[in-house]
Amino acid sequence: MRARVVKAIGSAWWLVLTRLGLSRHRWQTLPRLTRRTVKAVVWVAIGLALVGLFGVWKTSALAVAAVVLVLVVPPYGKVTVRGRRVGKGILPVMVLALAVTYPFYGVISSMPQLPIFGPIPQMSTMVGMAVFTMMALGLNFVVGYAGLLDLGYVAFYAMGSYMAGWFASDQFAKQHLVLGAVGIVPGDNAGFHFSIWLVLLMAGIATAIIGVIIGLPTLRLRGDYLAIVTLGFGEIMPQIARNGDNLFGFNLTNGTGGITPIDGPGFGNWAHHNLGLPANYLSLGENADRAFFWTALVLVLLTVFASSRLRDSRLGRAWVAIREDEVAAAAMGVPLMRTKTWAYATGAFFGGVAGAYYASYNGGAFPDEFFFNISVFILCMVILGGMGNIWGVIFGACFLEYLDREGLANIGAWLNGHFGPGGSDFQIWHKTLDVPLYEFGIFGAILVIVMLFRPEGLIPSSRRAAEFREGVHDEPLYDVEHDERLYTPEPT
Amino acid sequence: MTSDGLLQTLGLRKEFGGLVAVDDVTFTVPEGAIVSLIGPNGAGKTTFFNMLTGVYKPTAGRVVFAGEDLTGKPPHAFTQRGIGRTFQNIRLFKNMTALENVLVGMHVRLKGNLFEAILRTPRVKREEAAARARARELLEFSGLRRKDEEIGRNMSYGDQRRLEVARALATQPKLLLLDEPTAGMNPQETLEFTDFVGRLRTERGLTVLLIEHDMRVVMGVSDRVTVLDYGEKIAEGTPQEIQKNERVIEAYLGTAAVSS
Repeated sequence: MRARVVKAIGSAWWLVLTRLGLSRHRWQTLPRLTRRTVKAVVWVAIGLALVGLFGVWKTSALAVAAVVLVLVVPPYGKVTVRGRRVGKGILPVMVLALAVTYPFYGVISSMPQLPIFGPIPQMSTMVGMAVFTMMALGLNFVVGYAGLLDLGYVAFYAMGSYMAGWFASDQFAKQHLVLGAVGIVPGDNAGFHFSIWLVLLMAGIATAIIGVIIGLPTLRLRGDYLAIVTLGFGEIMPQIARNGDNLFGFNLTNGTGGITPIDGPGFGNWAHHNLGLPANYLSLGENADRAFFWTALVLVLLTVFASSRLRDSRLGRAWVAIREDEVAAAAMGVPLMRTKTWAYATGAFFGGVAGAYYASYNGGAFPDEFFFNISVFILCMVILGGMGNIWGVIFGACFLEYLDREGLANIGAWLNGHFGPGGSDFQIWHKTLDVPLYEFGIFGAILVIVMLFRPEGLIPSSRRAAEFREGVHDEPLYDVEHDERLYTPEPT
Repeated sequence: MTSDGLLQTLGLRKEFGGLVAVDDVTFTVPEGAIVSLIGPNGAGKTTFFNMLTGVYKPTAGRVVFAGEDLTGKPPHAFTQRGIGRTFQNIRLFKNMTALENVLVGMHVRLKGNLFEAILRTPRVKREEAAARARARELLEFSGLRRKDEEIGRNMSYGDQRRLEVARALATQPKLLLLDEPTAGMNPQETLEFTDFVGRLRTERGLTVLLIEHDMRVVMGVSDRVTVLDYGEKIAEGTPQEIQKNERVIEAYLGTAAVSS
């Protein structure tokens, strides 16, 4: 089925090209850059044509197309200055610049309206996207690098959130300890109030320790068994949170009510007067979301930095080796337990920091945020984008979180406006369609389609792509790859 | 503990359920020697190897390496003490480059930890640069010049075998275990490989223990030969002695061959 669709697209493509007087042979002799440019232009043109077809033409579509072309086409990686490959940094810097200036898009022009997708994401959605990017990158250490399937990542998110709840709110009313927190009247408070920056670090470390504690007994297991045990832990943590208001008489988590309010981040008065940094994000009013967004970007950058540094290190190589062949890795001197535990702890650390930051942004830690579906959601981000590839994971996280928060609702509104009751084009259905209701069905469908047509993810790492194309074999009994009979499909 | 050999096994035994795969084998590999382990298919040679590298835990008996009892230790401890190995069916990290494969082999000899890797401290930078240089040198020694960046799965069969040896050498072993290294090689490649095993001893000062089916290799390169049959050690001696040993001929060809 997959092969047939790919083949159909391929032959249509060649049909058009030969009509234009370009034979397959001549196409393949063209320089790579030319081919790349033509391909990208054709895809963008198809996209624009589709938009035009539905009569929702907007000039902003052109702007988006231009940005995509500028980002995708030129081979930045090959740019050299005096023999040094400086080009590798160009693309990340451009993407970062686009992200940092995001809050001002509305100011520059009236652009923020896209065809079908509607208005570009609000700041609060952008904060969510950044936080989930960080969590997805954290999970990528475990799933993408070390190849350990973790179905309970939400436990680390929950742990991070509750760390923020414990150390930056009135939760433990008998204690009175303020440590650099902002927006607190000294002497007039209850509970621990640590600076959020400190809490983020504490949450990361505490979560990493939890990760090690969970990891030590479970990481001995392989594949499916590990997935099931992590699934169990992912269920246990939220249950503790939900029922933790009376642990032998002690109120740890405040039960279903959750812990709220949690302090906001800020740099305090001294930094405000001398460095111009915001004293307290929560008192910024309308601009608070911007500050939260930029701070989240910094956290994402730190995660990306750690990811890329570790990927090319002794530890990163050991993770990939374990993913490819555990027995061989052990025989080459990689201590399995310790190496896997490091992957788990590293992933947990970033999950914890992201959870604590999100709790501070949301102003609370609530147990009904930590359901199993969040684990699956984050895992989908990693798989959709491309396991093991930083760009892929970032894309997957941003895209899915956007769909979850706004995209589906916007698309639904557009669909209803055109095809629903009293629609402007032609009426297809007669009751308003609630698209976000089918969220997980839609995510499932996306995942199935990606797995069928591009199992390595949308932006795969070159190594993972090879694994999916050829599969990772464990001790073949004989050399199956050379047995033609096994690979020739039955005639149907 | 006696130390009249680099590697010693004392009554090493492995049972899988009711099956006795290796039956109380006591055996010694002298330092600097090339020892071959031969035997018919299913004689327990690979099981024996797996116990010598910690992949299997023996049911009974002990493995003593350089005077230290390693019985029951995990595989990486064996590697750390200086036992390197290759596998019968090649087990490379097939989606990593040749250079990365060798670098994984250096894992136990490098020190950089998680925090140093993130900060990329000068020490880690130096260590990485040195490791890469040494990996290239090892690849060249193993006959894989200019193939650093090739992906494992794309390499030819002979090159994959060579890369496996290079990866094992990267662990800086004192004793190298080769599990049927010439399986699937053509006569020319086999000849080159035999020569290569000799060089391992003369140029690198290694002790080598190999499982081998090709008798030209066994007789050509080894100082001593040990024969296993049904998990039991049935003979031990120089290649010439083994060639004449009746029990060995019987094990390989059956009783009729001896009586006729």
